[in-house]
Amino acid sequence: MLKDFFGKKKKYATIPSEQAKQDVPEGLMKKCQSCNKIYYRKELNKNLGVCPNCDFHHQLNAWERIDSLFDEDSFVEWDKNLMSNNPLGFPGYEEKLEKDRKKTGLNEGVVTGSGLIEGERVAFSVMDAGFRMGSMGSVVGEKIARAIERARKESIPYIIFTASGGARMQEGVLSLMQMSKTSIALKRHSEAGNLIISVMTHPTTGGVTASFASLGDYNFAEPRALIGFAGRRIIEQTTREKLPDDFQTAEFLLKHGQLDQVIHRHDMKKRLGTLLKLHRKEAKKS
Amino acid sequence: MKHVLEFERPIVHLKDKIAELKEITKDSEIDLHDEIKTLERKLASLEDDVYGNLKPWERVQMARHPERPTTLDYIDHLFTDFMEFHGDRRFGDDAAIVAGIAFYKDEPVTVIGHQRGKNTKENIRRNFGMPHPEGYRKALRHMKQAEKFNRPIICFIDTKGADPGKESEERGQSEAIARNLMEMGGLKVPILCIVIGEGGSGGALALGVGDKIHMLENSTYSVISPEGAAALLWKDAALAQRAAETMKITAYDLKELQVIDNIIPEPKGGAHRHVEEQAKAMDQVIESSLKSLKQLSVDELLEKRWEKYKSIGDYNIKED
Repeated sequence: MLKDFFGKKKKYATIPSEQAKQDVPEGLMKKCQSCNKIYYRKELNKNLGVCPNCDFHHQLNAWERIDSLFDEDSFVEWDKNLMSNNPLGFPGYEEKLEKDRKKTGLNEGVVTGSGLIEGERVAFSVMDAGFRMGSMGSVVGEKIARAIERARKESIPYIIFTASGGARMQEGVLSLMQMSKTSIALKRHSEAGNLIISVMTHPTTGGVTASFASLGDYNFAEPRALIGFAGRRIIEQTTREKLPDDFQTAEFLLKHGQLDQVIHRHDMKKRLGTLLKLHRKEAKKS
Repeated sequence: MKHVLEFERPIVHLKDKIAELKEITKDSEIDLHDEIKTLERKLASLEDDVYGNLKPWERVQMARHPERPTTLDYIDHLFTDFMEFHGDRRFGDDAAIVAGIAFYKDEPVTVIGHQRGKNTKENIRRNFGMPHPEGYRKALRHMKQAEKFNRPIICFIDTKGADPGKESEERGQSEAIARNLMEMGGLKVPILCIVIGEGGSGGALALGVGDKIHMLENSTYSVISPEGAAALLWKDAALAQRAAETMKITAYDLKELQVIDNIIPEPKGGAHRHVEEQAKAMDQVIESSLKSLKQLSVDELLEKRWEKYKSIGDYNIKED
């Protein structure tokens, strides 16, 4: 009798929740962040992270980006030994850096180097949003400035792909000053008659937008990338204004005259290649 | 004292007491001179104590003081024949930035600065000193003109930051700020920047690339406001006081981080207590800075400017 009281287990059939149904095994499969369609990761990677169904451009990490642009085995990395300190003595900062180093395999939020795009040699920087949201501290600023300086000395074009939450709070005003450092480096490169190309990818915001990201001879963006200076929430709170849905997207910026082109990822390598050929110092087609 | 800050209350209290005693002596036979003298001595040491050891958050309040002198106040005291010129020739005139030319002693200079309002009405007109894209572009137009006529440029920095508005984004405020940073890096004339109040983020930096960067003792310079930092880091804007300390934003912090050249001392109780005295202290620094910069050739000037910014930052190189 008593046993009946305790032991009986009700029998339910388990129906997976909507959430669980959409969960896919990490690694093998990946769900499109925009249309929720599920793909083999391999299939999506082969398509450069662009959803075959809705054309959403998923974020690429630094090395995926390099692979998508550079001629095979042509890329050589620079300054991978520069490491961040903790100049403000910010609690927990070192641990966060270490965690992201492990997570991404990078020393910091930008990879710099040089290589060939469609046979044209360039100096290159690509930010990685997976490392402290691609935020810019001393090392990010220094690596970018060094890459620009090398480009100037070698008299080759400089291309940067941005993806960043802006200045890195944990390094305070030193982060802010990296905006000046990188911008002056670009000025010196530009004064010597060299080409600068900026490609803004999702998301490019804050101090990065207000420095090198906006200083190309050509400023491009990927479709639907979020690009802006002040955050949407801050603007809404301050002005109590309803902002359009496409506010601060690449297409919005193009419409307002702030970009030269929005370029599909599948066209990127070819387009850059052509542009580089058009800017050869001894300009010749072929 | 019209606007009394929290930490100044004991001083005001003591001052009131002294005034009261003086009033009593005036009307009666009682002699309180000794008491008054004692209190005045006490007041002096209290003022030294309070103003000599301001905490970061107290300096933030000083930098934001409603009576704090603005760019136009200093222009009045430091220059003669100032002429303000308007407009960016593209969209409009931004009242949050003033720009023009004047004589500094015998020499023509270009003067540019953020301009806050003195009251609500003026603050609305000047957008509380928060520039729009056309403000930065007006500033750049004047800087280019300074270069053409070989005039030194003096910038006064005093802003909470760039205008957080829809139209400013549409008109490309990122590009406008970025362009100033880039162009200021290459201007062939000496650039002198003085932070007089708040140096807030990109909006401040857009007038802040120079050969010498100075800060008034109670001014601040930061990547984000203490309130913004607190909201971002700890999801609580009320922790601004703590953020003011953590973020290292005072003139003393920036000197230690090797971002600025000099700290310009303020009169006891802050710049607003004695504008003339404050201007005099600034005058000395402006004079000596310009003198040393004018000895450089254009190439040296630009190379030094680049080296100055190149050296800002803190990192190490890991051995393989």
